[in-house]
Amino acid sequence: MIATQLETSWQRWLIRIAVFLAMLTLTVPGVWVVLTAFRPNIEVMARPAIWIPQDWTLDNFRRLFGFSSAQQGLPVARYFLNSLVISLTSTVVAVLIGMAGGYAFARYRFKGKATLFLAFMLSRTVPGVALSLPLFIIWARLGLIDTSVGLIIVYLAINIPFTIWLTDGFFRQIPVDLSEAAQIDGCTAWQAFWKVEFPLARSGLASAAIFAFLTSWNEYALASQLTRTTASKTMPVGLMDFTAQFTVDWTGMSAMAVLIIIPALVLTFIVQKHLIAGLTFGGVK
Amino acid sequence: MISTINTLPKAAGRSLAGFFRSPRAVPYLLLLPGIVVILSVVLVPLLVSFWTSFTSYNLTRPETLYNFVGLRNYQRLMGSAEFWWAFGRTFLFITITLNLELLLGLGLALLVNRITWGQRTLRTIMMFPMMFSPILVGFQFKYIFNDAIGLANNALFDLGLIDQSIPWLVDGTLANISIIAAEIWMSTSVFAILLLAGLMALPKEPIEAAKVDGCNAWQVFRHITLPFLMPFVFIAMTIRSLDVARAYDMIRIMTNGGPAGRTELLWTLMTRTGYQNSQMGMANAMGYVSIILSIVFTFYFYRKLTAARAFMGGAQ
Repeated sequence: MIATQLETSWQRWLIRIAVFLAMLTLTVPGVWVVLTAFRPNIEVMARPAIWIPQDWTLDNFRRLFGFSSAQQGLPVARYFLNSLVISLTSTVVAVLIGMAGGYAFARYRFKGKATLFLAFMLSRTVPGVALSLPLFIIWARLGLIDTSVGLIIVYLAINIPFTIWLTDGFFRQIPVDLSEAAQIDGCTAWQAFWKVEFPLARSGLASAAIFAFLTSWNEYALASQLTRTTASKTMPVGLMDFTAQFTVDWTGMSAMAVLIIIPALVLTFIVQKHLIAGLTFGGVK
Repeated sequence: MISTINTLPKAAGRSLAGFFRSPRAVPYLLLLPGIVVILSVVLVPLLVSFWTSFTSYNLTRPETLYNFVGLRNYQRLMGSAEFWWAFGRTFLFITITLNLELLLGLGLALLVNRITWGQRTLRTIMMFPMMFSPILVGFQFKYIFNDAIGLANNALFDLGLIDQSIPWLVDGTLANISIIAAEIWMSTSVFAILLLAGLMALPKEPIEAAKVDGCNAWQVFRHITLPFLMPFVFIAMTIRSLDVARAYDMIRIMTNGGPAGRTELLWTLMTRTGYQNSQMGMANAMGYVSIILSIVFTFYFYRKLTAARAFMGGAQ
């Protein structure tokens, strides 16, 4: 490109340095928390600061799972399981329901289509905190407070609109002719969907699923009000167990933070190209 | 679903059952589960909270749910300095963070776009903050900005820039700067990644033609790159304004509205009123204000998005 030829070498170095500093800013806070998770508490409190851990330890993680005699273990294993069950269930169901909706918007013309689409999107603008107040009142009367089912239903409502938005975009990328051709060749509409259109939309569905999973896995505002005990508390809510009135267990919290971030990290890196495609395709076209 | 409709040929006249068996019903049937979920988890609760915002409902006294007080909650809000401070602060918080995130995200996208080697890795690193739960971001920055053991003060000490701890989260102004910094760290990537995707989709020909015609770098950016990027800007803005309220999680753990209410936003004030003071009626009235605020921001950018799309469509 012309621009590259005109660029002087100091300009190129300036860009490289700026990018390096930006990436440093994006990674250092997270890395610092990860390092803290493997430090003994004394190192955290040390003055002057100890930058690189001198004394690597797994004690913080042992403490979380109750393997340490020194301190009473927190039910973190239970929180982790709750988070996993709630996030996975709500993701699978939300993707199925959202896919049906997205398909309807992409393939059919019907009365009230534009209004309905807008209504779905508007439902997503309601802040979780604001929704938690009336949900708390209703869920209490229905006996859904502190149950996994109660939280799964709520996460469905959060994830369905976004899934519809994404899958609508992806189904519209697939030519209608393909499904029609399959039906002329003797497939039913149902078979044509599963055998032709579904496989083509798979990367879109994957990104929708990741977004749904991450949203549920990371959600705090609603979970903090709708859960009470180990029966349904999720990881983000459990993180607050570490803060007492005046003291904060920094190393314990850091260890728990690592446990929360690892599944999200692994999942996102596996499907990152779908993620970006999902965001831009669903949006622009 | 579709096949069951086809196997039911006796579509009867104008009755409702007849409608549901006709092919016209297919899109509605496909949407039905989604509609049911949204109705029961969003619309019904919104109606309930609308009702409670007109009552003196107190969590500790369930019978007050039916104690209609008219507009008293709203009147009290309008007369409450605490509420107006929180409202103004929230509005300012959203405006400042969205604009700074856009500027920084645009800058980052432009920089990364100029780098030819290792761009994929850079993009992966940029996604890093997006995976963080807001509550984790809050914890992380609560730790970093801690005055005794935080990374920020440690670094400044070791560089010899300060000889006394800076009370990041204890001083009102600094606490606001800290939560804005945390919010920007959390969400700039959303802009950077979307705008980078836009830059990569940018057609090369118009830019080269403009350069041949003697445009300088700024003119190219201003008249070709930026208009092309606008739909991406508005997508990012729409996505972000959809979930600005997730800043609540972050602030809840960082300052929870403190010190002395100096970082109190609508969302923290709302939960404090609802759950700690049990004044559900009042809290729901505030909830409605926050919902309207979110809708206004989202709707504004959504309108801009459709306008930008129409503009792009016309240009092509």
